[in-house]
Amino acid sequence: MITMEHVCKSYKVAKRKAGIGEVCKSFFRREHEVVHALQDVSFTIGEGEMVGYIGPNGAGKSSTIKILSGILTPDSGSCTVDGRIPWKNRTEHVKNIGVVFGQRSQLWWDIPVIDSFELLKEIYSVSKENYNRKLEELTELLQLSEILKTPTRQLSLGQRMRCEVAASLLHEPKILFLDEPTIGLDAVSKLAVRDFIKKMNREHNTTVILTTHDMQDIEAIAERVILIGKGQILLDGSLQELRTAAGGQDAQESLNLDHVMAALYKKLDIM
Amino acid sequence: MSLRKSISLYIRYAAICVRSIMEYKLSFVLMIFGRCMIAFTEFLAIRFLFDGLTEIKGYTYGDVLLCFSVIHMSFTLSELFGNGFKVFSGIVKSGEFDRMLLRPCSPILQVMGTRFEIGRTGPLITSTITLCLGISESQVSWNFLTAFTLLLMIIGGILLFIGLYMLGASFCFFTIEDTSILNALTYGAKEHGKYPIDVYGRGVLRFCTFVIPYTLVQYYPLQFLLGRSTNWVLGLYPVGVVVFLAICYGVWCAGVRNYKSCGS
Repeated sequence: MITMEHVCKSYKVAKRKAGIGEVCKSFFRREHEVVHALQDVSFTIGEGEMVGYIGPNGAGKSSTIKILSGILTPDSGSCTVDGRIPWKNRTEHVKNIGVVFGQRSQLWWDIPVIDSFELLKEIYSVSKENYNRKLEELTELLQLSEILKTPTRQLSLGQRMRCEVAASLLHEPKILFLDEPTIGLDAVSKLAVRDFIKKMNREHNTTVILTTHDMQDIEAIAERVILIGKGQILLDGSLQELRTAAGGQDAQESLNLDHVMAALYKKLDIM
Repeated sequence: MSLRKSISLYIRYAAICVRSIMEYKLSFVLMIFGRCMIAFTEFLAIRFLFDGLTEIKGYTYGDVLLCFSVIHMSFTLSELFGNGFKVFSGIVKSGEFDRMLLRPCSPILQVMGTRFEIGRTGPLITSTITLCLGISESQVSWNFLTAFTLLLMIIGGILLFIGLYMLGASFCFFTIEDTSILNALTYGAKEHGKYPIDVYGRGVLRFCTFVIPYTLVQYYPLQFLLGRSTNWVLGLYPVGVVVFLAICYGVWCAGVRNYKSCGS
């Protein structure tokens, strides 16, 4: 379903020290630093898998998601998703994927949620029957009926996130990318979103790739975990293997997952 | 995606923009009124100038008014449709462009659609009025060919300005620097385009022909329109803007391939 082979991506970042003098200096000569966001990243994900993609901030998670979803072009390496190269067959590719960015909204700010959905229906050329059926299903599962007529700007974060998830599934994508979908949500909303994702996977065999810092998300959703640090894949396996890698699993077993992760990050020196 | 589908999608995008703005009704009315007044003062400036003069380099009040109206109308319409390119750096910085690339339709359609500037209908009212005045007061002998030329000038002008906005927007892909330099060209053209370009002398005329082809939509067709030249081909010069637009589109496409995205 998804294969990434030897993908590299680097960015040029402008650098300067603090202070007005430095500002003036950088006006004439700007110093750049090349940041290697991804270095030789390879993995394959099969259809219907639920994969947690984790790593510390700046490890390259978002870059990977952006390459897989066709926003970015990698410097080198190959990547196919459902038989397509994301950045080359962009229009065809994006019809089959759904993307949720937890920190950004895809809904139109000033209009009722249902109007955003209607526009998405047009954008993705979803037929009327399919749209109605899917909308009914999503409304029921995510309990949207109360909030569909509210403008997005007046929704709480939890309500909005449920709408975001629904919006990314209206066109029934085969693959769902979730970039920190539970960030800032309360317990009830978190559970609702998690349960829903699991249900989608079970019923429609949707492939789910999830990046998060919330280890409970991983525990609840992901059957497989890919750990990335400093642009390289460091571990690929089950959550149990992750615990083992962190070392001393007897002692670790009693600790919560956040401690396991912190220990692992330190051990692998990727902070 | 078929053209019909694209157009219907564009209209939907634009309709949402209009509805979003209508959520804040008072600000909408004030915006229309304010912009209408700004455009009106520009007209007054010309009116008062011709109180003391009868003509500038052979151009009468009516001629200048016609020229002003054409450029003003093109500029306003280009802002109405192409404002998305003008605020494109904001679209990139907020990560909105990432989202646009995730939609199975043209990013150009989305950039133009999400920033449909209904507020520009204010100055549009003004320029429609001045255009009517210009049409009746200029020395043009109106027939099918001259009317067609006038239409071409306006459409060519819109495309020219949109091309410039697009060029400016494309720079966002290559540099995070401010690209106000292009505002000098667009606003400059709008300001100086009020008068036929040759009143500024040959140097400016050349610059506006070979660097940024303003003269294609203004000076040359105007010569034919006002009967200063009998060569009707001059009236078709605005079509040449298509070449300029194609170049801008090429730069844009290269830019999209070079897109770096931002943040997480």
